[in-house]
Order: sequence, then structure tokens, then C-alpha cells
Amino acid sequence: MTKLAQWLCGLALLGSAWAALALAPPGLQPPGPLRQALLPLPVYLLVAFGCYSLATVGYRLATFNDCEEAAAELQE
Amino acid sequence: SGIDFEIIIIDDGSPDGTQEVARQLEKIYGSDKILLRPRAKKLGLGTAYIHGMKYATGDFIVIMDADLSHHPKFIPEFIRKQKEGNFDIVSGTRYKGNGGVYGWDLKRKLISRGANFLTQVLLRPGASDLTGSFRLYRKEVLQKLMEKCVSKGYVFQMEMIVRARQLGFTVGEVPISFVDRVYGESKLGGNEIVSFLKGLLTLFATT
Repeated sequence: MTKLAQWLCGLALLGSAWAALALAPPGLQPPGPLRQALLPLPVYLLVAFGCYSLATVGYRLATFNDCEEAAAELQE
Repeated sequence: SGIDFEIIIIDDGSPDGTQEVARQLEKIYGSDKILLRPRAKKLGLGTAYIHGMKYATGDFIVIMDADLSHHPKFIPEFIRKQKEGNFDIVSGTRYKGNGGVYGWDLKRKLISRGANFLTQVLLRPGASDLTGSFRLYRKEVLQKLMEKCVSKGYVFQMEMIVRARQLGFTVGEVPISFVDRVYGESKLGGNEIVSFLKGLLTLFATT
């Protein structure tokens, strides 16, 4: 299975689970607070991932080693 | 050092006198140790690998840049790592341990880290540095991979590792330092970024 296929499967699984719960007919809906958190969940997750990405890249950028001695070695 | 080796030099008619120097080295060290195999014109990295492999007689092949951005002092490290885990490939990484770079400005580092992050998320390759080209390969593994890989440039290096994982080969890592070539400008422009993204998405969709 290609990575793309894996992602599509994963998203389809999560998407249908979310849709089933969030858009269920009145009789089958989960209790109040749960429903309120459920509806915007995809957007929350997206934003959370965005923050994680920025933090990770920022951290890695800051800790990107500069090898001064290696350059000095080469100049000799 | 007790390690049996030969050096295969492939030059596509560099204008800076590379072949002259190589010939002199050949005279000093002997043509069983230094194999100069030039080509008529600039034909690209992938074909250079294939061309070079034809003349390789050993069990392992180390691929590296010849302009000292890859320092040979790491080669014993690669060999040691390979023995340690009986790896099929040992990849030099600039991103882990005390690996690193020199002479990179913030913008280049940011692009590098950003691109690598994207690659890790999309491809989950199990190796920290996919666009590096300082690697040790088992000869049969390199031959197998060359048959399967189709892309060019940075993406070619990425594809090698991704396909290797697909085929069940093991990959070890060794931190290396990459010192930018002392002369000349780096060409990491918009075009390169676009073709990298295209290549990444292709790999994402096909592997």
C-alpha cells in the first residue's frame, strides 16, 4: 500500500467515525458536552498539528549543528 | 588501515582540471587503487553510479562527493557501523548526533529542516537525512536499487532510501559534517524547491 493510500484509508476511517458520531440522527446522538467538543475536533487537530510542525521545525532549526572544527580542518 | 579499497573517479569533463589531478593520483598510488573512468560529457548522477559500479570489484561501495564537502575521515565510521548492525546501507546524516553543516545561512537551514520535516511526515522513512549523498551500500543492494529508482537529483537520493526500506533492506546512520564547497555558490533556488516538492509527492503517491 502506498503512503498516499495509507493516508486516505486513515482519513476515511477517522472521517467516517467522526461523521457517524457528529451527524447522527437525534435519537443516537452522544451526550451534550461530548457533542460540543466533537464537531470542531477536525479543525482543532489541524491547528494542533500546525503548531507541532512549527515547534518541531523551529527546534530543529535552532539545534542544527554548525561544525566549525570540520571547516577549520579542511582549510589546513 | 587494513581495509582493502579502490577509488573510482568519475568525471564528466569538469572544467577545473579534475582529470589532471586524478591522473597524477593514479601515477602515485597505482591504477589498481585509483580507477579513473571519465565520461565525455555531463550525464548526471544516477548514470554516474551505474557507470562506476561496472568497475567496482569490492563488496561494499561508498558514494560521496569529491569536493571535500564529504570528508573521508567518516569512512571508517561507516564501515564500523555497517559491521555493528550488518546493515545493507549506512547513511550519513547531517541532522542527528554531532552531524552538522558549515557555511549555511539561516534561510538554507530553514529550508533544509522544513523539507526534511515534510518528508518525515509524508514518507516516514526511518532515516533522518534523506537528501544526503554520503552513503555506504552493499554492492548487490546498490545494484538492485539502481534498477528500481527512476527520479533525479535530490529526489533520487530520497528514492534510494525509500525503496531500500520497501525491499526490506536495513539502514544504519552515522552523523557526518557537510562542509559546503569552499568555492562556488549553492543553487537552492525556487526551481529546486518546486522539483523537490514534485518528487516528494510522486514518492508519496507511488511508494
